[in-house]
Amino acid sequence: MTTLLDVADVSKLFAVGGGPGLWSRLRRRLAGGPQTLPKVHAVDDVSFVIDQGETVGLVGESGCGKSTLVRALTRLVDVSDGSVKLGSRELSLKPSRVFARDRDRARIQMVFQDAGESINPRFTAFDAIADPLRRLRKLRGAALKARVETVAAQCGLPLQLLSRFPHQLSGGQRARVGIARAVAVEPDLLVLDEPTAALDVSVQVVILQLLQRLKKECGMSYLFVSHDLSVVRLLCDRVLVMYLGKIVESGPAAEVFEHPLHPYTQALVAAVPRLHDNGAGRLRLTGEPRSPIDPDPNVCRFYGRCPRSTDACKTAMPALRAFGDRRVACHFAEEFLPQPLQPKTAV
Amino acid sequence: MTAVPALSVEGLSVEFRTRSGTVRALDNVSFAVGKGETIALVGESGSGKSVTAYAVMGILDRAGKVTAGRAMLGGLDLLAATPRQLAEVRGRELAMIFQNPRTALNPIRPVGRQIADVLVRHGNVPRREAPERAIEMLRAVGITDPARRAKAYPFEMSGGMCQRVMIAIALAAKPSLLIADEPTTGLDVTTQAVIMDLVAELAEKLGMATIFITHDLALAGQRSSRIVVMHAGHVVENAPTRELFAHPRHPYTAELIAATPDAAASLDELASVPGALPDLRRADLPPCRYSERCPRKIDACAQPLPQATGSGHIIACWNPLPLRVIDRPTESAA
Repeated sequence: MTTLLDVADVSKLFAVGGGPGLWSRLRRRLAGGPQTLPKVHAVDDVSFVIDQGETVGLVGESGCGKSTLVRALTRLVDVSDGSVKLGSRELSLKPSRVFARDRDRARIQMVFQDAGESINPRFTAFDAIADPLRRLRKLRGAALKARVETVAAQCGLPLQLLSRFPHQLSGGQRARVGIARAVAVEPDLLVLDEPTAALDVSVQVVILQLLQRLKKECGMSYLFVSHDLSVVRLLCDRVLVMYLGKIVESGPAAEVFEHPLHPYTQALVAAVPRLHDNGAGRLRLTGEPRSPIDPDPNVCRFYGRCPRSTDACKTAMPALRAFGDRRVACHFAEEFLPQPLQPKTAV
Repeated sequence: MTAVPALSVEGLSVEFRTRSGTVRALDNVSFAVGKGETIALVGESGSGKSVTAYAVMGILDRAGKVTAGRAMLGGLDLLAATPRQLAEVRGRELAMIFQNPRTALNPIRPVGRQIADVLVRHGNVPRREAPERAIEMLRAVGITDPARRAKAYPFEMSGGMCQRVMIAIALAAKPSLLIADEPTTGLDVTTQAVIMDLVAELAEKLGMATIFITHDLALAGQRSSRIVVMHAGHVVENAPTRELFAHPRHPYTAELIAATPDAAASLDELASVPGALPDLRRADLPPCRYSERCPRKIDACAQPLPQATGSGHIIACWNPLPLRVIDRPTESAA
């Protein structure tokens, strides 16, 4: 398989605790305050690849940097450090404002979380789908209309609904508009930010099946951001687990959820409600996440919340280590390894 | 359930008058929740879960009108109570956690003050002690550095934090009944688990009855002893959780279970529920509002729904799925 997206050592820092402007900087300097502001390490040294045609899941709790990472990859914000390569093209060099008019803009598209809020309420479904085609494909007139109708049909959106405004559509139909508009420009990589979070289970199933079909038809790769692990398990080939700006575990989705190696993943998997299980005696995370503001580079980010939390965890940040096709950032990952080195039998 | 229920809703019907016709949002909804018990109301959006909660709380939109039914909390019928009676009961006896904490909280008042308000109004706490108690409440719901957080405004806090604040407000006066309307929608699973643990733990400590509204069947199953399945303003099935999952009798319940991603091994295995909710403004609504989507429709479905009552397994269906007697769990009678 060929690599589609290569993300290497990407970091994104945000300065906090003071105005960013010249005036406030000057005032700080006159007051004899610190020259540099403390920084939130929203995404810290993240590397991963997405292959052509692959579906990668990105999970983690809110505030762990999922959205910042996704915004950096889709070039809605600039990265502080590192490289984002799409095919052979380095994307991180151009400021996001310039990239918005780039010819490769169409190659990465995004489906936002709540289609009801992310679609311009004054655009009809047609306009919403046509907008990226007008801007990125420069389509006009009949060609535009034909393309919009093809995409709408592909996404299972009845053509008579195209003249409606978002508020006149049901949740499922809005989700279809959100997907259609992203797929319209034939991207190579589709980033889906919790596309089914606002939907009922009955509709969610249909949308997930639609996504799976579209992927086959269009040969796209997906980066699927979600906190619903049961959905990630069904849709994704591989999964990345993020915690406080770092990837703590990655690997084939089925294996990661079957035998999570990192304590955070274990807690995450344990927290998923199951139909036929009352959930007694599950692992629970106590305490608050560590502060993402200028974190100590030598302390494991999970220290304090981890049931383990040994001295080794606060003297050395565990590196992401490979075990077969899985990667884990924990000093004690070996203990949780099931039988990965033995030949696998049918589970 | 032999104990006196904390809340019993009987024959609740609600209509909304809109410009395009009358929406019959709830029709003859009945269920009960015992003291210290947790039940779940589940169903798709638009099935009337939240309207039920709003009707019980007496906070229906002005267009909404309760046309029939009672909701007995202790000796008081909440639906017939005067606004003054309701104002006394709400907050003290009856509390609610709303779906979206960010819009439910007052955006221009620090969260500590909002908790203190409830404590002063309903919790018999002197105004001078209230701020201190509010900080304690914040600590009780697991917010670190509560003294600093009490001064924060809702927009300065994360969704999970806001939800904890909502819980602190709801539980400030130690109510006997808590209605939690999708309390963890939009929170991630670890936070969801912690918040649900928190509600369950506090409910147990205070002996509080909980009505938990959700569309996540798996979550409902994990957190409640009884599940009330709603569809288009009807209660279609009401059964103990274990029994409902093992032997769903109403076709709609069975379809909902089949659509829950947790149970499936692959996406293709997941079944979607065909069709959509009927338009509740229609004058010719069939007696069974599910019949137009139902794969098991028979001629009898045109008759009024069977009036099933009692406290066991209640099904509003003329042609329920057969009960498999062989593998019926023995303890279900308990």
